Amino acid sequence: MTQPLLELHDVSVSFDGFYALTDLSLTLNKGELKSIIGPNGAGKTTFLDVITGKVRPTKGTVTFRGKSLVGLSEQRISREGIGRKFQTPRVFENLTVLRNLELAVSPHKSAFNLLIDKLPTSAKDEVQRLMHYVGLAPFATTRAGSLSHGQKQWLAIATLVAQAPEVLLLDEPVAGLTDEETVRTAELIKSLAGDHTVVVIEHDMEFIRDLNAPVTVLHQGQLLTEGPLEQVKADPRVIEVYLGQSDD
Amino acid sequence: MELFFSQILDGLSIGSVLLLAATGLSIVFGLMGVINLAHGELMMLGAYVTFVVQSLFKPMGGVIFELYFPVALVLSFIVTALVGVLLERTLIRQLYGRPLETLLATWGVSLILIQLVRSISSAMLMGILIAVALGFLGTRLLRLKIGDKPFFPYLYGVTWAIAGVIGLVSVNALSAIRPLASAWFGPRNIDVTAPKWLQGSWGKIGGIELPGIRIFIILLSIVLLLAMVWFLTKSAWGLRIRAVTQNRQMSNCLGIPTDRVDSITFGIGSGLAGVAGCAITLLGSVGPNLGAAYIVSCFMVIVLGGVGNLLGTILASLILGIIQSVVGSGSLLIVFPNLPPAAKGVVEFFATTSMSLVLVFIFIIAFLQFRPNGMFPQKGRSVEA
Amino acid sequence: MKLVQRLVPWILLAIALFILPAILDDFRLNLFGRYFALAITALAIDLIWGYTGLLSLGQGIFFSLGGYAVAMNLMLNTKSEAGGNGIPKFFENYGVEQLPFFWQPFWSPTFTLIALWLIPAIVAGLVGYLIFRNRIKGVYFSIITQAALMVFYHFFNGQQKLINGTNGLKTSTTELFGMLVGSPDMQLWLYRLTVVLLPVAYLICRYFTSGRFGDALIAIRDDEQRLRFTGFNPVPFKTIVFLVAGALCGVSGALYTVQTGIVSPQFMSISNSIEMVIWVAVGGRGTLVGPIIGATLVNYLRSLVSEALPELWLFVQGALFIFVVVLMPDGIYGWFKNGGFRTLLAAFGIAPKARTYPKLDENATALEELS
Repeated sequence: MTQPLLELHDVSVSFDGFYALTDLSLTLNKGELKSIIGPNGAGKTTFLDVITGKVRPTKGTVTFRGKSLVGLSEQRISREGIGRKFQTPRVFENLTVLRNLELAVSPHKSAFNLLIDKLPTSAKDEVQRLMHYVGLAPFATTRAGSLSHGQKQWLAIATLVAQAPEVLLLDEPVAGLTDEETVRTAELIKSLAGDHTVVVIEHDMEFIRDLNAPVTVLHQGQLLTEGPLEQVKADPRVIEVYLGQSDD
Repeated sequence: MELFFSQILDGLSIGSVLLLAATGLSIVFGLMGVINLAHGELMMLGAYVTFVVQSLFKPMGGVIFELYFPVALVLSFIVTALVGVLLERTLIRQLYGRPLETLLATWGVSLILIQLVRSISSAMLMGILIAVALGFLGTRLLRLKIGDKPFFPYLYGVTWAIAGVIGLVSVNALSAIRPLASAWFGPRNIDVTAPKWLQGSWGKIGGIELPGIRIFIILLSIVLLLAMVWFLTKSAWGLRIRAVTQNRQMSNCLGIPTDRVDSITFGIGSGLAGVAGCAITLLGSVGPNLGAAYIVSCFMVIVLGGVGNLLGTILASLILGIIQSVVGSGSLLIVFPNLPPAAKGVVEFFATTSMSLVLVFIFIIAFLQFRPNGMFPQKGRSVEA
Repeated sequence: MKLVQRLVPWILLAIALFILPAILDDFRLNLFGRYFALAITALAIDLIWGYTGLLSLGQGIFFSLGGYAVAMNLMLNTKSEAGGNGIPKFFENYGVEQLPFFWQPFWSPTFTLIALWLIPAIVAGLVGYLIFRNRIKGVYFSIITQAALMVFYHFFNGQQKLINGTNGLKTSTTELFGMLVGSPDMQLWLYRLTVVLLPVAYLICRYFTSGRFGDALIAIRDDEQRLRFTGFNPVPFKTIVFLVAGALCGVSGALYTVQTGIVSPQFMSISNSIEMVIWVAVGGRGTLVGPIIGATLVNYLRSLVSEALPELWLFVQGALFIFVVVLMPDGIYGWFKNGGFRTLLAAFGIAPKARTYPKLDENATALEELS
């Protein structure tokens, strides 16, 4: 077995004595698609915060391609190739859709390059392709702030893809989307897996089933169980923590 | 050595004044994320209230005059608290969630307060009352007649503008009458005479004089601080204030009247500024520009102590007060007369009140390089970038 | 339509250069020269506040540094200002016999021309970097810049022996190219220089706000954390833009100083620096035309009120702060641009032609142009 791409080992995060994550260990292999579920407060978002450098783990290691990520700034981790979409779609509200994407697609992310460089044609083509793919092409010159919630979700995902990261961390990518949009998002994510490594955090079980990927269940900052969706759903511990909230 | 201790005592009393003012600023900042640039002017109002009370008590003389100060303390708290509540109700509330804009708007308020104190006269007061009465009457009438028309908001504004102009004209007209025209305070500094029981020494400890005024101010701030802590931790409204500080939306959902909490907090914060202003009158003469001298120090206290953190505020204000007084007075040279020439030069360079501020700032910037969130940073999930 | 739009700036420039000097007397023209000099500061503040969301209450530092640089050079190079030792006369009052070391390079006009923007830029870059590096922002940033301002104020105010303390440096009686700086001829030239430099400052600001760099600035204003997760480090962006703004303020301060005839620590008072912000707010932040309009208009108003009823000015200014912030957050230019005037007309029953929505075809053509 080759070395995993991203590895969390014994990670704990405590906020003033409250443990959001406790001794969590998790590995991600290249090209893998993994979904993470868990009740509210299970530590799903903190898990992403630790990987992307927003929160520093109290204990434990996070390694990416064998290199430690602990203590690196958010932008460094992003440049290493780990991209993240937030729970609520965060887009730059006062920039147009096109500008949002152009900023994300910029190959060199230093202030100096942004001032001097012209955006290469290949990057511009990529922006057009993404915009058409997520159906935002007619809104290219619309302020992102005036898009609908669903459109913002799409734009957030599109900007993430435009960054061309190796690992995509998606925090509730289909919250607030219509059924049709949800199906389309699932397709998009499946098409990304393989080339990319994708982690999806969702509450929507329908969507998780669509993804057809191994599921990891978090509970109270700990890893409860791992496996295919059907197996996980049959697990009595999972049923217990969800208190029958599971779909079936 | 005695001099050194008395400088430290000086520093502690300056620190106590800062503490009173900064505590008010800090709880408001913690609760609403709002920095009130007119806070210094509220201190100034407190000082002027004290002056007015003193002037009223003066003719009575004797024992009664000796008692004016407690009355002034209470009144300056009440008056500035009311001004604060009025400010919150009319202006700050409009700008909720826009902290930078609030900063600018409160600056506008501070300009108006400064000029008001400088030039208020009986004629002016009448003019203002006329304008306000006309404005209210006019807009009320307007609302009755055409309140539903789309151009109503514009005419509403125009009505107030007209009322303002009429007020201005009447000020000019009334100023023709001599006794009405003279300014109450004028732009110059005013002096408040401290009552006898505060003047002079309150005894000695280990050969060190305890000047009454300084000790009184220190005691006053300790008492007020304890009262504040009691209020915040033990009273029902204190609980509500702490709840809203932590999570406004949740508190709203639980039925806490957040708008009243805002008003009360702002009122208390302003009232503390008023008391601080009252205490300042004991330290020297005060003028309309008093606010500017203290507000920056208050900011430094907040930056150093961390947001809405009482312990941090206490430590930071005392540290700043002592640095300012010990370094600024140059008493380091007297305590350590045998400094090497280079160090002596440095000490002398910073040995004025203004240069000690420079030193304090350098100290803070350096400090922030290691602890960007102040001495006691907030932690946890509630801290959102 | 496009042609007219392209001509407007040139027409305005021509009016400022040729028509204003012809119709205004020396005194008024000088005032307008000052307004335009201040407009450069307004542009700088717009760059950092309007675009990047950093409300600096300390731009007076950089403004004054520029002013002091010019004033020091003029003082040194004027024979009539020199005292016994060949150094400016005011030093004698404090018994200073030797020129302080940092005055030395200001003998050179070339050095001064560079220093008047480079020194503020370096100071701004340094202060900015130290603040931004620690992720200090929002209100914290504002009050720290204000504290920095107070520090500089106290320093310049307290050091008589170095920089003439509270008296400041007077430039109106100094000489430049053999002419008295305060003379009408010289002032006319300075006015022209200001009118030429204002568009240059405008173009500099446009360079930094257009393109992806400008987008990144707006992104910092909207959601700085998100920008970090996109892989950008906001610190250099903010430092660069603060530095550029500092340099612009330096130029503005230098132009203002030579046109008012004095630079003093009062330039660094708290109120002066906050006032600068209100010019931008009145004109319209986040646009490049707004600050120019705002600075000119507010200062013109100031002159009018101060001449008629000096006591009233603080009231007017205070009311202006509150009015703009509460009722006109986009400023005058923004109000017109966002259809405020149209809404006003509509409210009074003078309805303009309704616009169709959504403008799908317009977007489509925009797209074609892009691809």
